[in-house]
Amino acid sequence: MKTPFRTAVLAIVNKDLRGEMRSRELLSVMTIFAFLCILVFSFALELDRLAREEAISGVLWVTLIFASMLGFNRSLAQEGDQGNLDALLLAPVSRPAIFFGKLLSSFLFTLLVALVLLPLMTVIYNKNLLNGWLMLTTVLGVFAFSTIGALLSMLTLHTRSREAMLPVAMLPVALPLLLTALRASTNILKGAPTREWLVWLQLLAAVTVIYLALCWLLCGFVLEE
Amino acid sequence: MNEQLPIIQVEDLSKTLGLLPVLRAVSFGVARAETIMLLGQNGSGKSTLLRLLAGLSKPTGGLVRIGGWQLPEEAQEVRRQIGLVSHQPLLYGNLSARENLDFFGKLYGLAKGARRERIAAVLDQVGLDNRMDSLVRDFSRGMQQRLSIARALLHQPEILLLDEPFTGLDQAAAATLENLVLSAQREERTLIMTTHQLGRAPSLASRALILSRGRIAFDGNIETMSAESLRQLYAEICGGAAVQ
Repeated sequence: MKTPFRTAVLAIVNKDLRGEMRSRELLSVMTIFAFLCILVFSFALELDRLAREEAISGVLWVTLIFASMLGFNRSLAQEGDQGNLDALLLAPVSRPAIFFGKLLSSFLFTLLVALVLLPLMTVIYNKNLLNGWLMLTTVLGVFAFSTIGALLSMLTLHTRSREAMLPVAMLPVALPLLLTALRASTNILKGAPTREWLVWLQLLAAVTVIYLALCWLLCGFVLEE
Repeated sequence: MNEQLPIIQVEDLSKTLGLLPVLRAVSFGVARAETIMLLGQNGSGKSTLLRLLAGLSKPTGGLVRIGGWQLPEEAQEVRRQIGLVSHQPLLYGNLSARENLDFFGKLYGLAKGARRERIAAVLDQVGLDNRMDSLVRDFSRGMQQRLSIARALLHQPEILLLDEPFTGLDQAAAATLENLVLSAQREERTLIMTTHQLGRAPSLASRALILSRGRIAFDGNIETMSAESLRQLYAEICGGAAVQ
């Protein structure tokens, strides 16, 4: 008899949040990295005001993707380095429950970083990013990245150069997400008519659902030997 | 479940990692409440065999039945019956002893009240009840190993798999661990334990399996055997330097 899906997912999320609240090693690294990233981009684009303004959504998504990859690597390392993943796999819980638990905690960590990033970028880039639709795009995009990030970090967990393998595996898969999230947020920030960004937002939602379904189906194979 | 049938049944089990055969046509049965010592040199396939029995690894060939369920097809049914103590503690350093056990209790579907009772009972059993709120990362190796046993016993499994549990323990910690193993035997759990410390084997187990190059080279009673004669037998089978 399996432990109920919801119980297992909540237990994993609760365990990750509690551990992170105590160590703060994941969130602090991700936030500092994200802050430095937007600062570097700001300096690099300082001379061209127009380019700087047009690049804002690009800076946002590139920063979020790289920060989230740092998070995925650290989060799964906590399971892999001490062999704790074996303890999870030994328990009578379904593999999707383990995947979804890790996905949700990665999503929450990256979302927290995004919530810090948006007001920071509003100040540094002098452009209001605290827009409801942009926030929705960010939440959806972060969830989508967390979906593939959780699966691929499980896949690369036992590879020799895990930290380098995750970006190599993740970036090509994340391209459709990056493209749709970027188009939607650029158009929202430009103040374009709704029809010009809504289609990209809908596409982002559709790609997210497809990726979630695929990861759900594949996580059993990835987690098992 | 039929009490007469062996609780663990292994037939012609083989496992290949890459091109390397780790286990070759291994067959044995384990009766309920029996304790078996799994001996062999490094690389002989002991840990691989335990991982296969725990359902953490899939066999290349052969059959594994636990409590009548076949692995890996019915692994989900088997998981609740198994507790594993690995040479790694399988614990989270950023959580306290109680939080670790609470987490694993939830994964094993224990209700809140039952979880609280079991956590108190197993922490008392391993002598860590006074350190239940300390972070695991601050524990010594011996304390982590005791907590690891508490984790494995939390859901009251019928079968306990112990992979080199004495590794890295000082005399006092090893004696505590030995008492825990004896207490698990009194509770009529089935135990399979790997170790390199042959001196402990006859006092802890009634039967030994010696693995050599992935095959069972000896399967017999060691209850009446002295530690010295077991060492001689081991040296004959495995060769090499004398062991502890």
